[in-house]
Amino acid sequence: MPELHVIWEAVISLLLITAGVLSLIGALGLLRFKDFYMRLHGPTKSSTLGVGCTLIASVAYFWLQEGTPSAQEMLITLFLIITAPVSAHLLAMSALHHKLPLYERTQGEPVELKTKEKPQDSERT
Amino acid sequence: MLDVAIRISTGLFMLALIFNLYRVLAGPSMPDRIAALDTMYVNSIGLIIIFGIWLNSKLYFEAALLIAMLGFISTVAVCKYLLRGDIIE
Repeated sequence: MPELHVIWEAVISLLLITAGVLSLIGALGLLRFKDFYMRLHGPTKSSTLGVGCTLIASVAYFWLQEGTPSAQEMLITLFLIITAPVSAHLLAMSALHHKLPLYERTQGEPVELKTKEKPQDSERT
Repeated sequence: MLDVAIRISTGLFMLALIFNLYRVLAGPSMPDRIAALDTMYVNSIGLIIIFGIWLNSKLYFEAALLIAMLGFISTVAVCKYLLRGDIIE
């Protein structure tokens, strides 16, 4: 590995470790939360941030290595930032379509689940 | 310093991938498994880019871009299949 300035090396190392910690937090959210609607929160936010930090570190490394910045590396970040909300929206739509159960302490209900549970409430009261 | 940081970061990404794999295998419903697969491909992009820094080669960006595009398209296809029972209507 060729020589880099110590400060730049520290910045790139910090970005890499931040990326690893962020993606680990997202995976822990996916592992530990109670129902699907909570589990969707973890990966959609922190994985994109984690991979974004990795890509910024990589762009900085190759920029310092070769002296010229290249735009094609930022394409992956741009693509991930555009596509992560779309796939999260589709996942939430399919979960609502399948009427997955909510955790019982969740307050408020979406309309798609309320139409199914309303007759049960009227029977109960 | 960068060498140590790359090893620590690879270890953290591997731990994250193992947690995602548990959710893929044990997820109680189909959207859980799809969300975990979505996270798995995003994390594997990060792992491949760190590998590219370690080998000092820019060749791995093309592989990461391909994985990003194919992963997004497969997530959308499986979600459409769950929503409609058909991918292209």
